Amino acid sequence: MTRIADDKFADVSNFATLAKSRSPLSRPWLDRIRTQAIARFGAVGFPSNKLEEWRHTNVSPIAKTVFTPGRHTGRELTPHVVAPFSFRDESLCEVVFVNGHFAPELSSLSDLPDGLVIRTIADAIEKDSKRLNEHLAKFADINDNPFVALNTGFIHDGALILLQRGATVEMPIHLLFLATPGKSPIASHPRVLVIAEENSEMSIVETYAGIGEGVYLTNAVTEIVAGPSARIDHCRLQQEGEEAYHISTTQVHLSHAAQFVDHSASLGAHLCRNDLNVTLAGEGAEATLNGLVLIGETQHCDNHTYLDHAAPNCPSHELYKHVLSDSASAVFKGQIVVRQIAQKTNAKQTSKTLLLSKDAMMDSQPALEIYADDVKCTHGSTTGPLDEQQLFYIRSRGLNVEAAKHLLTYAFAADITSRIKVDPVRRRVEEIMAAQHGLPRDLRIQKAAAHDEPVRA
Amino acid sequence: MLLEIKNLHARIGEKEILKGVDLTIRAGETHAIMGPNGSGKSTLVHCIAGRDGYEVTEGQILFEGKDLLAMSAEERAREGVFLAFQYPVEIPGVSTSYFLKAAVNAIRKHRGEPELDALEFLKLIKAKQKMLEIEQSFMNRAVNDGFSGGEKKRNEIFQMAVIDPKLALLDETDSGLDIDALRVVSDGVNKISRDRSKGTLLVTHYQRLLDYIVPDFVHVFVDGRIVKSGGKELALELEAHGYADIEEDLRAGV
Repeated sequence: MTRIADDKFADVSNFATLAKSRSPLSRPWLDRIRTQAIARFGAVGFPSNKLEEWRHTNVSPIAKTVFTPGRHTGRELTPHVVAPFSFRDESLCEVVFVNGHFAPELSSLSDLPDGLVIRTIADAIEKDSKRLNEHLAKFADINDNPFVALNTGFIHDGALILLQRGATVEMPIHLLFLATPGKSPIASHPRVLVIAEENSEMSIVETYAGIGEGVYLTNAVTEIVAGPSARIDHCRLQQEGEEAYHISTTQVHLSHAAQFVDHSASLGAHLCRNDLNVTLAGEGAEATLNGLVLIGETQHCDNHTYLDHAAPNCPSHELYKHVLSDSASAVFKGQIVVRQIAQKTNAKQTSKTLLLSKDAMMDSQPALEIYADDVKCTHGSTTGPLDEQQLFYIRSRGLNVEAAKHLLTYAFAADITSRIKVDPVRRRVEEIMAAQHGLPRDLRIQKAAAHDEPVRA
Repeated sequence: MLLEIKNLHARIGEKEILKGVDLTIRAGETHAIMGPNGSGKSTLVHCIAGRDGYEVTEGQILFEGKDLLAMSAEERAREGVFLAFQYPVEIPGVSTSYFLKAAVNAIRKHRGEPELDALEFLKLIKAKQKMLEIEQSFMNRAVNDGFSGGEKKRNEIFQMAVIDPKLALLDETDSGLDIDALRVVSDGVNKISRDRSKGTLLVTHYQRLLDYIVPDFVHVFVDGRIVKSGGKELALELEAHGYADIEEDLRAGV
């Protein structure tokens, strides 16, 4: 008890001092936000396991580590090293950050179409402060989550994406956050703000990846605001390094008839915690949340999703799949709140987990809070090993038991990846999966599935 | 001798299902096993194919003189045993084309033959597709994923044609098929089993299938054993009188 308190204050003061010592770009409104946030973080500290929301994820290793801010000199990385994480040829533009700082030498940000504004947060603070002020930190609440407070206290770089009314962008926008850890632990707090105005449409991909070995913390916050009838396809690819701590909050606000699709793939990090909070604030808004977690060894991944049905006639579809091997552990908590006003809500949540080892652990908890009477809410959760019948079927065709296991594991996960509409992302995840299982690329099914197709594998 | 089953006893958990099965299949022969529900017909073919969870307590199964019971399911498949499932399993996410190529090459490797490359494999499946009236798009779909009952059964026989086994075990291949699908599937089986080096063992509930696939031998399976064997006319007899007469005779005998 005392120990936790001691740890908390030691490390909070460490971060608080850091926040004070470096606010490279300053605006009075932003300073206020930062100061409030760091004060909030100082007051609550890192969340302990005693808090319900953090019961199964122990962040004390983060609290005990002394992190220094990540640096970017422009010489850390060559395009060759970045290539495995890049979507350069398949994206409209690629904005690369190294240790939390914009890396112009690795980015491609020219020739943006009309109606699309992309700036780094650092640049926006300087040149677009008014617009930034309108939306930044208005949705991700520092009181909800200490890590959001910590991120907000350290806002200095990241990306601002604004798509103007009626504009449609076909190719995905790629935000690539790279960490280059070294001997001493580093931390970065990237911030993303996406604003899709009325009836606009775009795909955004966020990739978080580590290059090289070492301990580091990525504490990311993304705010997405979708105007009436806006359509956003958001992919989040987490491929952090083996010793990384990855904490993220994605806060989404949907207006009338807006459509939001989120595909999250968590493949890396020693410890990962993602909070995905979606508010269906306008009538007829629709949200699809698909998640895939593929981890092994002693990795831990915790996905908390929160769907707030705050308006009538909103469908939501949620499917999370976990593949856990070795001693990996994972948490899925899917909260759905249907407010009294949100009549005719249709919410469907499914969680499926494949346990490839006896030592792997899964904690899957649906949490439905329903205050309206005319609603349809379903949830289902299954956890288990590979299906014996399927294994036998494959073996009866001459494939050995290992090959059969690989094939079925791949198939289980492909049920999720086949729903990813951003083709390069889908291909990348499936290629990583195939490589993990010693399978060639030609087993991919060409036909993509609908986002909300019935779950099969 | 292609397959020799001698005094086979098997159980699932504590329950004894097979109670002394004797059956011999020579190359070129088609055998049909008929019997009431729960008599153990399916258990027999699963025991031959090597499904886990079936414990053989007595007896043996020899395939071309080799001890089949000492082999894993995949080894049996590579030796030339093929089971067409009553309920083919769906494998979403894995293309039929990849699945079949992997199967064919695992078997070829076992036989010491060179693996087929993409082109050679394509040539092989084109020929078999034509034979079974299967569309090209079939190969790009996930294995049995979203297939109708008829399509699944057709896919089983198609896989059998591509894999080219020595012994085909057909487990209730006719169940759930309409008359047109039954004809296509039966034609496929007949084309494959025309090869006199192969043997076929089919398990069925109904005489109907045997109008299309004419067996050399019919065996009546009751309570874990073959209680009566005969030619194809035995099936007609069963169709007319059901299993009741035989079961009654058995009881009278005891």
